[in-house]
Amino acid sequence: MPEYSWPPKEKRRLMGKRHDRIDGLEKATGKAKYGSDLNLPGMLHGALLTCPHAHARVVSIDTSAAERMPGVTAVRLIAKAGEEIQWAGAEIAAVSAKTEEQARDAVKAIKVQYEPLPHLVHEHDLQKAGPRAKAAGEVLEGDPDEAFKNAEVVSEQMYGIPVIAHCCLEPHGNVVQWQGDKVELYPSTQNVSGIGGDLAKSLELPAAQVAVHQDHIGGGFGSKFVADRWGVEAARLSKASGGAPVKLFLDRATELTIAGVRPSAYGVVKLGAKKDGTVTVWESRTWASGGFTGGNSPPIPYVFTRIPNKRQNHSAVSINAGGARAWRAPNHQQACYLTCAALEDLAAKLKMDPVELFKKNADWTPRPEVYRSQIDKAAELMEWKKKWHPRGDAGSSHLKRGLGLALHTWQGGGHASQARTTIHADGTVEIELGSQDLGTGTRTAIAIVAAETLGLRIQDIRVKIGENAYPPSGASGGSTTIGGVSGSTRRSMTHALDKLFDVVAPVLGAPKEQLEAVDGKIQVKGNPAKNLTWKAACAKLGMNKISEMGANDPKNPGGLTSAGVGGVQMAEVEVDTETGLVRMIKTVAVQDCGTIVNLKTAESQTYGSVIMSICAALMEERIMDAQTGRVLNPDMEFYKLAGIGDIGEIVVYMNMEKEYDDRGVIGLGEPPAIGGITAIANAVANAIGVRVSHVPLTPERVLAALERRNA
Amino acid sequence: MRSKKDPPQRKGSVSRRGFIRGVGVGGGALGLVSASVPAAAQSTGTLGPGPVPVTLKINGQTKNVTVEPRVTLLDALRNHLDMTGAKRVCDRGTCGACTVIMNGKVVYACSVLAVDAQGKDIQTIEGLGQAGRTHPVAAAFVRHDAQQCGYCTPGFVMAAKGLLDRNPNVRTEAEVEQALGGNLCRCGTYVGVRKAVLDAAREMKTRGGRNA
Repeated sequence: MPEYSWPPKEKRRLMGKRHDRIDGLEKATGKAKYGSDLNLPGMLHGALLTCPHAHARVVSIDTSAAERMPGVTAVRLIAKAGEEIQWAGAEIAAVSAKTEEQARDAVKAIKVQYEPLPHLVHEHDLQKAGPRAKAAGEVLEGDPDEAFKNAEVVSEQMYGIPVIAHCCLEPHGNVVQWQGDKVELYPSTQNVSGIGGDLAKSLELPAAQVAVHQDHIGGGFGSKFVADRWGVEAARLSKASGGAPVKLFLDRATELTIAGVRPSAYGVVKLGAKKDGTVTVWESRTWASGGFTGGNSPPIPYVFTRIPNKRQNHSAVSINAGGARAWRAPNHQQACYLTCAALEDLAAKLKMDPVELFKKNADWTPRPEVYRSQIDKAAELMEWKKKWHPRGDAGSSHLKRGLGLALHTWQGGGHASQARTTIHADGTVEIELGSQDLGTGTRTAIAIVAAETLGLRIQDIRVKIGENAYPPSGASGGSTTIGGVSGSTRRSMTHALDKLFDVVAPVLGAPKEQLEAVDGKIQVKGNPAKNLTWKAACAKLGMNKISEMGANDPKNPGGLTSAGVGGVQMAEVEVDTETGLVRMIKTVAVQDCGTIVNLKTAESQTYGSVIMSICAALMEERIMDAQTGRVLNPDMEFYKLAGIGDIGEIVVYMNMEKEYDDRGVIGLGEPPAIGGITAIANAVANAIGVRVSHVPLTPERVLAALERRNA
Repeated sequence: MRSKKDPPQRKGSVSRRGFIRGVGVGGGALGLVSASVPAAAQSTGTLGPGPVPVTLKINGQTKNVTVEPRVTLLDALRNHLDMTGAKRVCDRGTCGACTVIMNGKVVYACSVLAVDAQGKDIQTIEGLGQAGRTHPVAAAFVRHDAQQCGYCTPGFVMAAKGLLDRNPNVRTEAEVEQALGGNLCRCGTYVGVRKAVLDAAREMKTRGGRNA
């Protein structure tokens, strides 16, 4: 039987090196087609009417005027009279029309009467949440009271990290055609294999009757897994319009209001420690909201999970705002902030270098040696020893520099994935998976693994993804894709090659165990002169072709994939104490992700994660208006993202040493997107000498913290 | 913090005379336009609200569409001409995903009305590069992996091309950051973009000459 292992590192021709993404040119020349780019023959445009109130009862809906508007083909009610609406932006009705303008006009012509009800849209002040806050119960470990009594130093501080949006550049939406008993779905999804079944359920159709097609997706970050209301309604509008395809994508304001957010986290963290910095006790009182359903506790203490004495209380706060969805590394950024900011504040209280304090406490983490060596590597790349100063830049300039760090972790084991490899007699190789490429480089990674296995070039592999007719592959969430598709690709390629060896062995006069695929040839091991070119070998298939499956089973991944990574990020900032503006000088990311398939896209993922962290640390926040209960910044002017001039220098170091490489392929989507926010916040505290308790670290908050310090 | 592109030239409303003059540059459509502008519009000098014929010069070719006067150049490109390289992201002149070059100037296509774009020389990503030859900017974006999901990428490529057209001597990251400050990326590809634009500048300089 074939072996399922990666070639030894020194024998890999392609894996672990830097390769251009195979769909790069298609994207960079604008030829790549996303769902939102489709113009199908006879296509209609859909638009949604959403609720302007944060909490209201629908009294009546009158669609008669809308139905008579020019171009309108169908009007559908989503909410009913009498229904209670729990957040602004909730879907009320949907319209399809011949042009987008007509659809929008028709939406405006729908008359809805609401009875506004009292709302709560802010959770940062727990006192004001009243009965909307639900306590989750105390979690107790060890004897925290005794530990605080014996602690040589105690540090206590309030922290807050807000709700932020995914802000995918391609909004949520789809083109859907429901004709007869068949539905064609062109979504923007992280879940090609699963979204069809989800839509079918809502439409009460057999799952086999929904065909899913997606070449590209313009960002997901955890928010695009299900068919959603706009998928279901676009399908129904299509059916009601005689089966014409309907395009329904959210406008930016709706996207930022209801298409998913990261939950917030607020709370007071109290640490007790010895004078040498060893933490002995953790106590936290936290709360969070991810919308109407509340918000779970982040996994705290984060990374330093083995702190022996703990008391934790958490409350989930229900607010009248658009709901949370998985946001790249769900709840980990919040956990990291509550934990690593508290450790930095403890270090400052002890007048200790936080690098030393984090290393001292690494024994409380599940992988002490990994974290210690990553901290050392990051410190070297940051020139930490040379640059670090105790909290508060003592220089006379109004520009204050500071350093900060944070640690993170993520599981990222490969998901269930099946792949089908076809080798044709003309030498063509195809691989089919019901997967998706979120921009992470999944297509390219599949081609690399396939080419590595068959001894071919990357361009010799035809990668086919994005159809639910292909063998099922998991949704791309939780950094599970690279492990999943690498495992299934390697296995299916190995099986197919084994079949080709069956055909070629008699021709080369050697047992098939003696054959290898190298550099576009099938050759006899130890006697490479005895060979057939790939094309000649495949020609022996005659009228046949080889078609072989391969699967990654998460419960039994073998040596190909594994789970659990760590990373360290350090930030250097400059704070203008006159304006409160924080400028990024440098960020260092040291990251482990097991066996690396494509170093170029792995680095890109890490650079991107750091930049996303800069956005979240300095700019991003969903701002709610207490009076109207609506999002005040549902646009890209005031929902701020970092621009190209805001990022400073970024240094990425991927751990590729043998002990990491030996672990098998592990996902990278989430881990480097965690620690940066806290590293930056810690650097600001180190620069200005006082903790800015709430991120994002806007000029207003920085100035307020400075004022408190000076008071 | 980030710089903004010059806002596109806005006219509150297009005068009928200016409108026809604009169309005249596109050639041939004049009679058709005169015939289809409603009498009421003629007397007040306004267009619409119904659809009007619009002639656009895109990548050197004349394109005729019939759209309502409120339709942006971006929506005309995407919904009526199936030129979907320019993306609609913010739709409010912030993010640059819809960047095109109009009369040599980098503009947001979401902030220009299609009727106002008549008579202008419009370059879109679809016109980039010559047959069989990839434009150096697009090639550099691939080489430096200056893209992930790729949705913002055509906008960045056009903004970068606009920069190198007007200043082939770009040498510093600061210049790139200034010129591309009006484009936003969510995946975080800026590190690759900085390298790609500087590399493309070097290459175009070496090759001696601009690329269409």
